[in-house]
Amino acid sequence: MNSSPEHNKRDYGLWQRTYVPEVFGGLAITARHFFVNLKNHIRRLIGRKDAAPGAVTFQYPEQRRPLAPRLRSLHRLTKREDGSPRCVACMMCETICPARCIYIVATEHPDPNIEKMPEQFTIDLGRCVFCGYCVEACPEDAIRMDTGILEFASYTRENMIYTIDQLLSHETAKPDAQDTQ
Amino acid sequence: MIIDIACAVFNVLFTGLFVLGLAGLLTWVERKQSAVMQDRIGANRADLFGWDPKFLRPIRRLGLFHPIADGLKMILKEDHVPPNANKALFNLAPFVSIFFALIAFAAIPFSDRFVVGGHEAAIQVAPMNVGVLYIFAVLSMGIYGVFLAGYASKNNWAFLGGIRASALMLSAEIAIGVSIIGVIMTYGSLEIGEIVRAQQSSPDDLLLGFLPKWGIIMQPLGFIIFLAAGIAATKRIPFDMPEGESEIIGYFVEYSGMKFGMFMMTDFVETIVIAGLTAALFLGGWHIPYFYPEQATAAVVILQALVFILKVAFMCWFMILVRWTLPRFRYDQAMRFGWMALLPLALVNIVLTGIMKVLVSG
Repeated sequence: MNSSPEHNKRDYGLWQRTYVPEVFGGLAITARHFFVNLKNHIRRLIGRKDAAPGAVTFQYPEQRRPLAPRLRSLHRLTKREDGSPRCVACMMCETICPARCIYIVATEHPDPNIEKMPEQFTIDLGRCVFCGYCVEACPEDAIRMDTGILEFASYTRENMIYTIDQLLSHETAKPDAQDTQ
Repeated sequence: MIIDIACAVFNVLFTGLFVLGLAGLLTWVERKQSAVMQDRIGANRADLFGWDPKFLRPIRRLGLFHPIADGLKMILKEDHVPPNANKALFNLAPFVSIFFALIAFAAIPFSDRFVVGGHEAAIQVAPMNVGVLYIFAVLSMGIYGVFLAGYASKNNWAFLGGIRASALMLSAEIAIGVSIIGVIMTYGSLEIGEIVRAQQSSPDDLLLGFLPKWGIIMQPLGFIIFLAAGIAATKRIPFDMPEGESEIIGYFVEYSGMKFGMFMMTDFVETIVIAGLTAALFLGGWHIPYFYPEQATAAVVILQALVFILKVAFMCWFMILVRWTLPRFRYDQAMRFGWMALLPLALVNIVLTGIMKVLVSG
């Protein structure tokens, strides 16, 4: 309602303005955290499995945070039963990509029932913005972003360019790596 | 003669190694304690140059190699002197700073007097009868190191830090000195050993029949004032505006390598000195409550020293708790706190102590 500076001034009572009691209140809070966490650390150290964790830290990279199921991670190309890419090189993903990081070269598929297949399917991850439009645009469910791979940093731009063989070799994330909630 | 020299050498080595060792350990305690307070784990990755055998794993997991890694890093780093700096003063400043912090502990006793080989001795480097004044003198001299660093760096931020440090030190030291007068009035001595002995009241002289006459009980207001001003004198958060790393970086902005390390160590050593002084003046020093030994045997002396070290460790823990709880004061807030809160309260404390003394004795 009223957001004038005068209104935002807090009206401290005498108790708060003496400062010392409030300091001890703050110290009590931090000291309680200290002792509770220390107790839990020690109980874990002596092998009590039921003890609450003494810290909220995930010891990355040994210990990974669970990933949300809808998280968009590194791309992969799905395969048919015979192992060939499901992609039909319709160029939908290349067209919709706002970062223009997908590059497809189409070729004839040996099976006459399938019109085309990609000869090259290249994603430049240095440009990709992980919007997920390619996944949504794909009519064949040929590209997904569910590998759970988050670490693809590289020292060179060339290493950020993923070819069709690399994209086909990626697997979907294991269920235990995903957040079960 | 030989026993005197042996005692002196032992005391100097013991006190020196205690202060330096504890200061080194405090860097680790600060990391781990802050981590546990904030629901984190803290530093636990340093190993010995990649050598990580199984029997050293627990030490590594506790992060105890990090102080070693820190020291090594500081020694190996480039020691840069700014081209426009006053080189002599620039190099002198960290030594002045840490020297006065280190010698302050000389007047603080670890144990009561005991007899060894027909000589009277105590675990105390310098049992002088103006111990309290001596500690204030050298603690106030510590400001020279800080101010010289700010002045010699030829850097405006460092200069600002030096000025802030001297202003802070002035307001803090006066509050410390005035708050201690209450203790001196209560126990009637300037020698720290004598003050501790006076707190060690006999079994039939307990306050209200069960409380030992410790400074914290006889002088509760003086204790709070002394602790607040003492924390200010260590120049650590919440009174770290000489450093203020998010605004001016402070008096050691131009320092690198081990010279910076010495300024950092100064803060820890000053923490230990204030902790030792608090333990000696307000927490009964080496005194164990309700324990009155007939004579000072070796076991009693060792027990006294251990109890005193325990009290110092507790005070260090408490001061680190304060450091990781409160945010930094603004410069004007710290000044107002020192001059308009601590000093008047300390003066009130003197008057109250005098009235109490007259009422109790009369």
